[in-house]
Amino acid sequence: MKQQGMIIQHAGLERDVVSATVRRASLVEPQRQSGIAVQLRGVGKAYGEKTILNGIDLTIPPGELVAIVGRSGSGKSTLLRLLAGLDKVSGGSVAYDGVLSSAASDNGIREDVRVMFQDSRLLPWKKVLANVALGLPRSRHQEARGVLEQVGLADRADDWPAHLSGGQRQRVALARALVHKPRLLLLDEPLGALDALTRIEMHALIEHIWRANGFTALLVTHDPAEAIALADRVLLVEDGAIAMDLRVDLPRPRALGSAAFAALQDRLLRRLLQADPAAPVAEPAQDLGDISLQRTVSEVRWAI
Amino acid sequence: MLIAVWQLASSRGWMSNRILPAPLGVAKAFWTLTLSGDIWANVKVSSLRALAGFVIGGGLGLGFGLLTGSFKTMETLFDTTLQMVRNIPPLALIPLVILWFGIDESAKVFLVSVGVFFPLYLNTFHGIRSVDRGLLEMARSYGLSGWPLYRDVILPGALPSILVGVRFSLGLMWVILIVAETISAQSGIGYMTMNAREFLQTDVMLVGILLYAVLGKLADLLANGLSRYWLRWHPSYQAT
Repeated sequence: MKQQGMIIQHAGLERDVVSATVRRASLVEPQRQSGIAVQLRGVGKAYGEKTILNGIDLTIPPGELVAIVGRSGSGKSTLLRLLAGLDKVSGGSVAYDGVLSSAASDNGIREDVRVMFQDSRLLPWKKVLANVALGLPRSRHQEARGVLEQVGLADRADDWPAHLSGGQRQRVALARALVHKPRLLLLDEPLGALDALTRIEMHALIEHIWRANGFTALLVTHDPAEAIALADRVLLVEDGAIAMDLRVDLPRPRALGSAAFAALQDRLLRRLLQADPAAPVAEPAQDLGDISLQRTVSEVRWAI
Repeated sequence: MLIAVWQLASSRGWMSNRILPAPLGVAKAFWTLTLSGDIWANVKVSSLRALAGFVIGGGLGLGFGLLTGSFKTMETLFDTTLQMVRNIPPLALIPLVILWFGIDESAKVFLVSVGVFFPLYLNTFHGIRSVDRGLLEMARSYGLSGWPLYRDVILPGALPSILVGVRFSLGLMWVILIVAETISAQSGIGYMTMNAREFLQTDVMLVGILLYAVLGKLADLLANGLSRYWLRWHPSYQAT
């Protein structure tokens, strides 16, 4: 296992040297498979009449793990899709490592950016190993097995995806993203459909792999606890704009029960609840009875 | 059970041999036809016609389905025309086909091809159009395009639908061949059956009909086996 890891590291080095010479823009040659720096300037996105994102300014330094939280429909997934090159920006600019992305070149999809989707999107007609090796040149197919080992599924290499559990499928999807040695990994609610225990295991796995590889990561999630458990920085997206930029300075690995953790989570929750369109309606109706009860009700509704 | 009752009814004379011969009689007719070698010659001729028609018509259907399914321009170019032609029953073409090809082999092969073309065309087209958008998006974002995208994502995704088309086609193939052969032929199972009718050989007619049933079932088994092999990843095709 150790040897395999070294081979991967070595291949990553080679690739970085090549991409550095090709790009020329990055003056410093990366020492290892390092993260990408992302800069958004006034980015907006509209589908027809409907504006989803409006004037987003955001700078993510290399290697940072950023979580994006927000209600459904707030535009958090759209932001991720723009960075992935799956959608094109309607206004503003996106720069990777200080180089403006020109959406015209190769339909906007970069080789060093990979997405992990909420539904694992494994090809059901390919065995697990072949799924991980998807899009790899033949000469690098060997690496797929090593990465599958990293996510702890080496023994399921020859199974059909239909035979895996939800958590295992997401681990395969993670391996499939990692085998490309992304410098920016985009996670679109990857744990949304998993049960609580599997989620906690996945948190540890994602954190471990992120720390080992040093890529920049962007995690879209609807769970404030998940955001605080994993991220260096939590962004709250609301009505197509960034409403809050919260730095999480807790030491890793983070204890979910600690007071500092709870305080941060409370702050985030409060801010999220403030934006509840139902809240101002509920508050004037005080004479109906206990306010604290209403408070809990809206909290519960949010959680659901 | 059914065969026993049938045999009893025939041998007791409850049922005239002219309407339905006894199973034993049918078996005897089958045996004599096998000994004379007639039956194999006819089965061979019919199967070859069916196969040729299936390969030509099915191949074209698959090809056109892939084209119109994959390229929007091809769809606007061909689809309306093909949908119009589809509404003509292939058997309605018989008079015209006899005029064009006479009554030799090509006429039958042509009819089978026309009949087999549309189920495969429609199902291939539909299969390609209904490939999971999410998987396509994922594959593109993982750097797949062109032929690898087609081979790894689009074709396997369309395959279940294409195989449904194959099964439909195989069923239609025999139906059309039977009609074509009974109308005009100098050989084949249909010819044998029609010939037997001239001489009131109900037992030989029944052998012919049973042969069609057996051949049809064989074709279906083949299609089923293909599905089982190609769709072994699909949960509904797995033994467990």
